[in-house]
Amino acid sequence: MAEIVTMPKLGFDMAEGTLVRWVINEGENVTKGAVLAEIETDKATVEVESTHEGVLLRHLVQQGTAVPVNDPIAVVGVAGEEVDVDTLVGQKSSAGQPEAAPPPAEPAKPAEAAPQKPAQEPTAAPQVEEAPVSGEPPIASPLARSMASELGIDMRSVRGTGPGGRITKKDIEAFQQKAPEITRVEPPSAAPTPALAPTQAFVRETRNVPLPKLRAAIGRRMAESMQQAPHFYVTHEYDVGRLMELRQEINALLDEDDRLSVNDFIVKAVALTLLEFPNLNASLDLKKASVVYHGEINVGVAVAVENGLLTVVNRNTDQKALRQISAELKITVKRAREGKVRPEDIEGSTFTVSNMGMYDVDQFTAIINPPEAAILAVGSAMQTPVVVEGEIKVGLRMKATLSVDHRVSDGTEGARFMQALAKYIEAPMRLLI
Amino acid sequence: MPRITVREAISQALWEEMERDPNVFILGEEVGVWGGSYAVTKGFYDHFGPDRVKDTPISEAAIVGAAIGAALTGLRPVAELMTINFAFSAFEHIVNQAAKMHYMFAGQMKVPLVIRTVSGGGRQLAATHSQTPDVIFAHFPGLKVVAPGTAEDAKGLLKSAIRSEDPVLFIESATLYQSRGEVGEGENLVPIGISKIQRTGNDVTLITYSKMLETTLKAADSLAQEGIEAEVIDLRTLRPLDMGPVLESFKKTNRAVVVEEGWRSYGVGAEVAARIYEEAFDYVDAPIGRVAQKEVPLPYNRTLEQLALPQVEDVIKAVKEVL
Repeated sequence: MAEIVTMPKLGFDMAEGTLVRWVINEGENVTKGAVLAEIETDKATVEVESTHEGVLLRHLVQQGTAVPVNDPIAVVGVAGEEVDVDTLVGQKSSAGQPEAAPPPAEPAKPAEAAPQKPAQEPTAAPQVEEAPVSGEPPIASPLARSMASELGIDMRSVRGTGPGGRITKKDIEAFQQKAPEITRVEPPSAAPTPALAPTQAFVRETRNVPLPKLRAAIGRRMAESMQQAPHFYVTHEYDVGRLMELRQEINALLDEDDRLSVNDFIVKAVALTLLEFPNLNASLDLKKASVVYHGEINVGVAVAVENGLLTVVNRNTDQKALRQISAELKITVKRAREGKVRPEDIEGSTFTVSNMGMYDVDQFTAIINPPEAAILAVGSAMQTPVVVEGEIKVGLRMKATLSVDHRVSDGTEGARFMQALAKYIEAPMRLLI
Repeated sequence: MPRITVREAISQALWEEMERDPNVFILGEEVGVWGGSYAVTKGFYDHFGPDRVKDTPISEAAIVGAAIGAALTGLRPVAELMTINFAFSAFEHIVNQAAKMHYMFAGQMKVPLVIRTVSGGGRQLAATHSQTPDVIFAHFPGLKVVAPGTAEDAKGLLKSAIRSEDPVLFIESATLYQSRGEVGEGENLVPIGISKIQRTGNDVTLITYSKMLETTLKAADSLAQEGIEAEVIDLRTLRPLDMGPVLESFKKTNRAVVVEEGWRSYGVGAEVAARIYEEAFDYVDAPIGRVAQKEVPLPYNRTLEQLALPQVEDVIKAVKEVL
């Protein structure tokens, strides 16, 4: 009997997905677990696998169509089977009929069969930072888990072919056949290695591992940003001596858990500076050829997570006390690192700060996080010789680089922003009043 | 070996046990002059006489109550309830008296009682007379619940039940009485509480009992034509439940489907699956499938009745879903 394949719910907050590409065409055979189509959610692009076996009798939606979760997308059945799609769909879909389901009596009218939605504008694509955190362990059967642990196989390198991508015994066995030797490396023996033993070099396996979804989403989004937004960069060196002193003074009064980071100061400084530069707290709306000036100043902070990065957002940063910003960021950053991020943690930033100060970085440039207009890349605070009133002294300096979308703003505005930022960073008492 | 029907096998077991032990006697509605509602005791009245083949009033509580009393005095009554649906009228006697006396009186008394009854649907007897509430009785410690699926097991298990010192609910299936199987001559006791592998295979473990054994074996034959070899295990006894062969098989196949005629909720499938998850968790490669009756009072209409009961196709489909 024919079975309906529906739009899967791939995340707890997923309401709909866009069917980007049909992988299996009408009339082709499908096995259980075969990839039927690619779907783009507001998190990432994912593959939809068939839960049934047979022949793909009909696509119910066209490529590029956004489909609500659980609505039918295809019919799988036996070759030549007569299918009453309406009846089948009636059984499956409780919430609204799919606009693209053609009446069964008129199969050969593709032009009118469905009001085809245009493929989504690339710029309307979702934000990278919303991609699911793929640091989570892969779905696997208990048997597959115990086999993997016995064989010393890292489950993350195994491709699951079961329902929903579940790794099963079959997948572990297949993986083992591919890489039988690498899985068990004998520990070095305690005996001294004989000199000049003509041993063969240990050949490490070359592996081709599928990109994790988050990695793939970041790649797609960053390539898109780099290709479409003409970036220009403005670097400025800040004297952070007073900021460091002030921070030390404040932190001496606070419990260890409540202490302020350098980044907390920068986030607040950026928010206050943005008040003067609405053009950099904006988004380009290509479709309407307009610029959206955001009413809120929501500073995003890039956070490294397993397999990628997320941007957690701090809302209305310009109106918050430094300590509150710090407390809020501690919570959201922790959630992001633990893979427990909530949608509201990562949605709605209007400007992003990416800080690599903790990694001894002199300076770097960041790629704009679309659809934002600019991003600030912050380097490390470093002791450096500086000239003060004709004398060389030891100063504390920090470089930051602003990347700006040239379609929205120009170099002088970027330079003025960096200058204005100095007002707060170099006189940090302003951040407290 | 002669191929006889399940009806003949049960009849033989009763006859042989009554010949062997004069304490064994039968009581129930129409078991005597009429020969039993399902003709199992035809000819018994003439041979063993009215003292050992007793017709009773239409009161299940009276039948079971009297049988318990007789068992306490040292007799070995075999009470027949026309269907398990009527056992509800004797529920108190079965689960609160028969099942508990030995325990509550510190072993001073024994209740060596067999209650034979008929479970299952499929004969258009409508919702109140077509149920498969076997698990309800299997819930109670103190009671043994036996439900054979072949003629050989029906005979061997009934003989063991009659010789058991504990009360046994012996559940027969109305749609199995005509089913034939090879039954060895003479004394072939089948112990209570031992599951049996009825078909071997390496791909999936199918666990079932009673009427559904027939359905499951047909499904397994059909699957074999597609190259899927199912191992079929007949529980034969619901309490005590013998999980040994099930776990051993599951550790080999890593996939299982439980097939039962009753409803899914709180059913045999729920119990067996839970025990597999508990005792063989690291061998689980797919969720355990369950095939059961649709969760509605069984319809009278023949087509609807068949749709509601588990069919061979349902088993095949469930197997493919877990593979």
